Amino acid sequence: MILWELLSYAAWIVSGLLLLWIVVDAINVSREFDEELLISSREGADELLEQIKQEEGVR
Amino acid sequence: MTTTSTTAENTQRISMLKVLNPFHVWALGVGIVLVGEFMGWNFSVAKGGAYGALIACWVIGLLYSCVAMIDSEVTSTVAAAGGQYTQAKHIIGPLMAFNVGLYLVMAYTMLEAADALIVGDLMSAVAAATGYEGLSPQPFVVLTIAFLAWLNYRGVFMTLTLNFVITLFAFLAIIALFVGTDPLNPGSVLKHSDLLTDLPYGWIGVVAALQFGMWYYLGIEGTCQAAEEVRSAGRAIPLGTIGGILTLLVAATLTWYISTGLMPWQYLGQATTPLYDAASIIGNPSLQVVLFIGTMFAAIASANGCINDAARAWFSMGRDRYMPTWFGAIHPHYRTPFRSIIFLIPIAVSFAFTGLLDQVITFSILSGLLGYTFMSINMIKFRKMWPLDVIKRGYIHPFHPIPALVLLALCSVVYFATFLGYGASLLSIMAFYIVASVWFVMRRYQFVKRGDQFTMPWPRPKGY
Repeated sequence: MILWELLSYAAWIVSGLLLLWIVVDAINVSREFDEELLISSREGADELLEQIKQEEGVR
Repeated sequence: MTTTSTTAENTQRISMLKVLNPFHVWALGVGIVLVGEFMGWNFSVAKGGAYGALIACWVIGLLYSCVAMIDSEVTSTVAAAGGQYTQAKHIIGPLMAFNVGLYLVMAYTMLEAADALIVGDLMSAVAAATGYEGLSPQPFVVLTIAFLAWLNYRGVFMTLTLNFVITLFAFLAIIALFVGTDPLNPGSVLKHSDLLTDLPYGWIGVVAALQFGMWYYLGIEGTCQAAEEVRSAGRAIPLGTIGGILTLLVAATLTWYISTGLMPWQYLGQATTPLYDAASIIGNPSLQVVLFIGTMFAAIASANGCINDAARAWFSMGRDRYMPTWFGAIHPHYRTPFRSIIFLIPIAVSFAFTGLLDQVITFSILSGLLGYTFMSINMIKFRKMWPLDVIKRGYIHPFHPIPALVLLALCSVVYFATFLGYGASLLSIMAFYIVASVWFVMRRYQFVKRGDQFTMPWPRPKGY
């Protein structure tokens, strides 16, 4: 049935476009922004624990 | 640039967005797992019969309840991406952390590949049902991975909101099927009195069934990977994780009850899509459609959550230099670990293209099992090094150290069960992780900045 063949081709094309978009965007971001900035994240601290600490500090 | 935060020293830093709530955490954990209710769990029936599968369902349910409680407590204090990897880094040491990170990446990437394979196979089955035989699943496998990777790349909020919607649909599909079996009138639709038999292979069959009982719950521990992106890890992770395991215990028991009341164990033990088959037996076309969509959504939700978790584990290892720092980058607009997401796409596609669903899933389960073994040791060390009065927890799990010891004991039994059915795979995976550990110690550890990786504002551990 031609519908399934068309769907298969459509799946390949859409997959290709999505992956291409991702790769192009990643290359653009890597060019546009400083590498030090991109890898600058640090592990987060939880607001709840900070809140508990603050509350204890108040007491 | 408006998307970056500024520290006190006026240095610009990018961080992940804290936008998730307990519902997203639930969607991440249950979303990864629920596909196991739609297929896979029933192989436990082939090993232990219907009652053996029920024992596996509840014994492994106990194993995962311990996992959920332990994870909730530790992650409520370690609010960082990487989940168990980050826990291992802080509590045990670098070699354990490297191994746990690798378990996570392998378990989720392989599960993602298996989920994409399921979507491809379902499309082929639909094509065959409409008269088109031999449709290749490959374009749909690649489309699934590409679309979900794109979604993950664009931001965590939309990714896990979608997961919440499709996971809830899949869970409600199981509830709808249960209602469709007229449970208030036992014997009218469900024929347990005719279909339930004694243990076909005795108690050794029940032990062998334990390995496949993991399909009911495998991946609930993935909730921890959201710790850096929830508004409050101390509240959201325990709520989402405990809510998730409760949902799964209900879904697993209902799945067993429905399926064993409609199909003899000999058929059920080798069925590909047991819940869809159950809907077909009831003969309600609407239920069949709902269950088909539910199966598809469950597989997509699982792949989606796996991409999210594998990328965050890999990203965390890059951020700490356990892997090249290049992987530790965050997208300045979407705030996602974009390079890790991209890096894992071809690996997932390669695993999926092997078509070896059994082997891929076994590798995933074994990697998960190694991780659970670590968690039991980790919990005992955590309470010993930082007792309850030293660090505030968002959640404190009850009856310590019983859950950790029960988890360790059950993991040992499941190793034995796995050895019975997949001894060669078990030994190969052990060899793989030993070789990887040697590489880490000999080659990679020199790049790790040991002082920088301990980020939690904890006091010195007891005894140091």
